Parts: sequence; C-alpha cells; structure tokens
Amino acid sequence: MGSERYSFSLTTFSPSGKLVQIEYALAAVAAGAPSIGIRASNGVVLATENKYKSILYEEHTIQKVEMITKHIGMVYSGMGPDYRLLVKRARKMAQQYQLVYGEPIPTAQLVQRVAMVMQEYTQSGGVRPFGVSLLIAGWDGDKPSLFQCDPSGAYFAWKATAMGKNFVTGKTFLEKRYSETLELDDAVHTAILTLKENFEGQMTSDNIEVGVCDDQGFRVLDPTTVKDYLANIP
Amino acid sequence: MSILAYNGSAVIAMKGKDCVAIASDLRFGIQGQTVSTNFEKIFEMGPHLYIGLPGLTTDTFTVLNKLKFRANMFELKEDRKIAPDVFLSMVSNLLYERRFGPFFVEPIIAGLKPKTFEPFIASMDLLGCPNKPEDFVVAGTASEQLYGMCEALWEPDLSPEDLFETISQALVNACDRDALSGWGASVYIIEKDKVTHRRIKTRMD
Repeated sequence: MGSERYSFSLTTFSPSGKLVQIEYALAAVAAGAPSIGIRASNGVVLATENKYKSILYEEHTIQKVEMITKHIGMVYSGMGPDYRLLVKRARKMAQQYQLVYGEPIPTAQLVQRVAMVMQEYTQSGGVRPFGVSLLIAGWDGDKPSLFQCDPSGAYFAWKATAMGKNFVTGKTFLEKRYSETLELDDAVHTAILTLKENFEGQMTSDNIEVGVCDDQGFRVLDPTTVKDYLANIP
Repeated sequence: MSILAYNGSAVIAMKGKDCVAIASDLRFGIQGQTVSTNFEKIFEMGPHLYIGLPGLTTDTFTVLNKLKFRANMFELKEDRKIAPDVFLSMVSNLLYERRFGPFFVEPIIAGLKPKTFEPFIASMDLLGCPNKPEDFVVAGTASEQLYGMCEALWEPDLSPEDLFETISQALVNACDRDALSGWGASVYIIEKDKVTHRRIKTRMD
C-alpha cells in the first residue's frame, strides 16, 4: 500500500529540534480541567474539577480519580478517553508486578512503567502521543510519594503541583501555601483552596473530586466527606 | 532413574535464632561415577541471601545465570537490594515459565530479610511451587535421609554455633546413607553482621 510510506511516527523532529506533536499534546493538557496534587507528611491528596456542562448530566457516574492498586491512585488533566487506556494499562502492570515479585508495586516503579508506555507513543508508527498528564499518588510502606507523568514520557516527583487549566497560577498558589510539615487534612483543604482559586461558578461536592492516599491505602473521598471539607472554606 | 538424580546432590537450610544456615554436599558425579569432590551448589545472590541449586548440574548453571540476570536487572531498575521473599517469587516464576519442559533443579533459598533481619528459608520443586516452613528445608537425592535427620536434630531458636553443629550433623549423616551425595560439605551460617563459610570433612567413600 502506498500510504505505508507515510505511516512513520507522527512525532518527527522539526528542523529546530522540537517535537511539535508533543507540544500540541501538552497544549491539550493545559486546556484540560485542572488537577492538584499535594504530598503531606502523612499522605498524599489528589484533587480535580469534574464540571458538567449541563444540569442534565447524571453526577458521580464518571470518575476521574481512579484507584490503581490498594496503595496507588491516579488523576489526569487532558483527554478522558486517553486516560482510561492508561488507567487500564497501569492496573495491569501493577498486577503483573504483584504476580512476579509477590509484593505490591512501588509507586516509583509504576510511574516508570506508565512513563514507558507514554514514551512509546511518541516514537511508534501510526499512533499519536497521549493527550494527558497524570498525577500518581502512592504510599510505599512508610512514606508518601507524588509523581507527574507527561505525554512525552517525562516524569517528575513533586511535593505539590498543579496541572491543566491555569496551572501556572495554581503552582504559584501552592508555592505560597506549601510547608514540609503539612498534614493530610490540611493538604486536602489546601488542594481544594487551590482549585477554588480559578474555579468558575459555585464549587460543590458534586463538581470536584478528591482522592487521598495514606497508610490505609488509596481512597476516593465520597461527596459527603468532600462537603465537610467545603464547609470549612470561606 | 529420574534425571534429577543423574548428578547427585544434597542441600539443606535451617532457621535458628536471628540466623539461618544453608549447606550442601560437594560431590559432582555422573550416575555412580564421581567426577569431582569440590562442586559448590550454593551461591551468593546478595548480602544475606543465598540459593542452593541441587539437581541436574547443567540446569544448576543455566538457572543460576538466568537468576543472576534477573536479580541484577531488579537491582538496577529498582535501586535496592532484592529481599529473600521477593527473590523466592522471582525464582518461582522463572521455573513455572518452563512448566511443560522444566529445569531439573529444586532450589533452596536462605537469607535474612532486610531491615528486620528476620530469618527466611524456602524451597521449591522443579516447577516452582514454593514451600516456606518455620523449621528447615531439604532437597536433592538425599532429601529423604535429610528429612529424617532434621526431624531428629532440629529444635527452635538455635544459636549460630548450635545451628552449625545441627546442620552439619544432619547433612553428613544423611549423605552417609545416600550413594549419590557426600564427598565433603560446605556450610554457610548467615547472621546479621557476618556470614561464616566452612568446608567440613566427611567420609570420602
């Protein structure tokens, strides 16, 4: 077939040395719903906006904060469908690790493996990069960790970070608010506050999602718990 | 005769108080003919981690090389030393991957867990079915004799010195009742801050 000749990787270097497809992917992320991650002294929190464009949507049916294993959770900014594929792959890789080594996958290992998948999609033929950045929160035995994973396959360990729409202001806000001694409850509070900074309209327990990870493992907070946190916010 | 008994071997591991011991005979034979009497079947896989690979000698080496590769890759990827229980899973997987054309080895693992230095011993059949008892594990052509000796001699919470005596007596006397193993023995006593390796003299007939 003639078209085979053009089925090489979409991500080809531009003469200036850039991979524009990856930059476009990052643009897709920056246009997506904001997500926040904060690592506290005794846990990690993930928070994101889950806004509905119409009042006719059934709430709490589509989740953005997902559990990968008992002790690892994930959230994204960018394109939902791409995220679902990565969640599926991450869960599978976590189980594979458990099967081979008989112990739960360390968060850093999962991040590395997910990043490997994302990198593959920047160098393979017939595919496009993922339009998502991930925040991965985990608890490894005695310490929390928070990672960000980009469409290029690059990953970073953060104390606190923001992604998606208005991530720059989100990060500036976190830089002012963050402290090493922060505890999980305060971190949830700070995460919600950071979301609120750029929130358009009324923030309710129905249009944000919060997940926490501590020595008890990872869990998504139910709307009533989120409501309690919201009640403490001016 | 089973191919597992082609070269002859005896390997044993025991738990003590804050220590473990692993020992093997030193014979390498081809059926009744003894070829060598200084063939070590125990290998160091890390600090406080040893594996004994009794069975068909050619597979001992193949499995050892494959395990070294996997353990090295693990240490490079994860930037930490491999723990005995994780290593057990790894060996078990390696063997089960060859479920329908197995390596003819019956590995025994002995070591101390990182951080807690809790004693750890385990054995496997040639398909990788793990067995983690609280007292001792045995394998090789002399395994039945070893079971007998261990049942008679082993007791809980042995000190490193007593554990050395117990495991040595168990191995030496078991090998005396097995034509395919013996001809010298090698004993490792693994403690938190030191590992003692001793060669012991045995009957050479």
